[in-house]
Amino acid sequence: MFFEQIINGLTLGSTYSLIALGYTMVYGILELINFAHSEIYMIGAFIGLTMVSVYKLPFFAALLISMIGSCILGIIIEKAAYKPLRKANRIAPLISAIGVSIFLQNAVLMIVGPQARSFPSGLHITTLNIGGFRISTLQLLILFVSIILMVGLHFLIQKTKLGQAMRATAQDKEAAQLMGIKIDHVITFTFAIGSALGGAAGVLVGVYFDSVDPMMGFFPGLKGFVAAVLGGIGSIPGAMLGGLILGLVEMVGAVYMSRYKDAIAFAVLIFILLLKPTGLLGRSVQEKV
Amino acid sequence: MLKLDDIVTHYGNIQALKGISIEVKQGEIVTIIGANGAGKTTTLKTICGLISPTSGKVYFQNKDITGKATSDIVEAGIAMVPEGRRVFPRMTVLENLQLGAYLNRNRQEVKNYLEEVFTLFPILKNRKRQIAGTLSGGEQQMLAIGRALMAKPKLLLLDEPSMGLAPKIVANIFDILTEINKEGTTILLVEQNARMALSIAHKGFVIETGKIVLQDTAENLLKNEEVKKAYLGE
Repeated sequence: MFFEQIINGLTLGSTYSLIALGYTMVYGILELINFAHSEIYMIGAFIGLTMVSVYKLPFFAALLISMIGSCILGIIIEKAAYKPLRKANRIAPLISAIGVSIFLQNAVLMIVGPQARSFPSGLHITTLNIGGFRISTLQLLILFVSIILMVGLHFLIQKTKLGQAMRATAQDKEAAQLMGIKIDHVITFTFAIGSALGGAAGVLVGVYFDSVDPMMGFFPGLKGFVAAVLGGIGSIPGAMLGGLILGLVEMVGAVYMSRYKDAIAFAVLIFILLLKPTGLLGRSVQEKV
Repeated sequence: MLKLDDIVTHYGNIQALKGISIEVKQGEIVTIIGANGAGKTTTLKTICGLISPTSGKVYFQNKDITGKATSDIVEAGIAMVPEGRRVFPRMTVLENLQLGAYLNRNRQEVKNYLEEVFTLFPILKNRKRQIAGTLSGGEQQMLAIGRALMAKPKLLLLDEPSMGLAPKIVANIFDILTEINKEGTTILLVEQNARMALSIAHKGFVIETGKIVLQDTAENLLKNEEVKKAYLGE
């Protein structure tokens, strides 16, 4: 039971990590909490669902198309709701983010209605029995896809020129401009990548719980944000770690107090932030002048 | 090579530059000296497009670059070493230098420039894997200059390279600037340390509250009574 809850926790946690990455990447560059991110996650799930149920595409094709769609949606949101406010007071884009979130939620509600739909992924799912422990192949798939995406992201950020430009922009925008980096492009790209990961998380969770609805973004979005803060907002490894920890705590906590699993997650957040206000891998500002 | 024609720049409602005209010729070291808040940094930021002027024109190699994007200006051949060095603190020395050549797609060229920078600043080669934020102030200044040189600029802008550094290190850095200039890079240097700046410059401008109040050869400025009193502490 305990071991199985750990697998459940890691599976759920890896999807939190994917969501958290979108928050943390955007925050790292713009110091903006993109509250519309949870709706990108929800719409990503719906795109995936449409692809498998209407167009009868195989799961992985649907996942890919959902990521591309979320990516485009993220870019549109950035251009329409944040870019015009780049020079405004810091609170303005935050309000705009909340507005976009409510708008998208209601738009989807109008189009598809409030009822939850099941997600006929077409995947052949079995339960493996490894040394007496039961793991479903769906869980393995979710873990595998999440890990591949995170390793890919790590490679992109650490090893490519574009990733280097992203890190430079996050560390010092003006100096980055002086290198010839077009920071508007970097910002667009950051939204694109973060949104693609969020959309992928939406599809994975939709399949995992076999349920997709217009309000599904709220809690995972909140938890993805918590995971990002837990790991240290702005830190990419922090978001990955924060998501996994949150998922684990939630699922292991559920063994003992299933009614309070959300409360446990947030209690852990508060506790860690009391001990380390910058989050687990967040840095306290300490640079030589 | 560079010509500023009656540049007026505002920060919000505050007029920071009130009509600045300066000219830098190819091969020169030109310095702008002045007190804190006189408009030195604003002048450099206006040249490299970080701020757009309200009126006036900036010409580089006879082309109007006023209001262009910084990336275009860097591409045209202007690199800047910003005030306070502004190295990327959580990246290695090597990555900082690579970013200096961000617009250059020719890997071999970038490699060659890297070697040139390492020849100029051997310390950077020894520390190329070190995180830039952990370097000493002098080393960070060298890195900031090396990073700008990676773009192989025709014109190098420097904003207060002596700031916060020990006199010995300042002297070392100014020697290197002279060397860079001899190898063909034109330099526009903004400094509060007027004596150091005038000692290596060919020509100088004195800026006060957003206006050029004096211009002459560096030699003459060093002898000028007003300059002596106001900026050289004599």
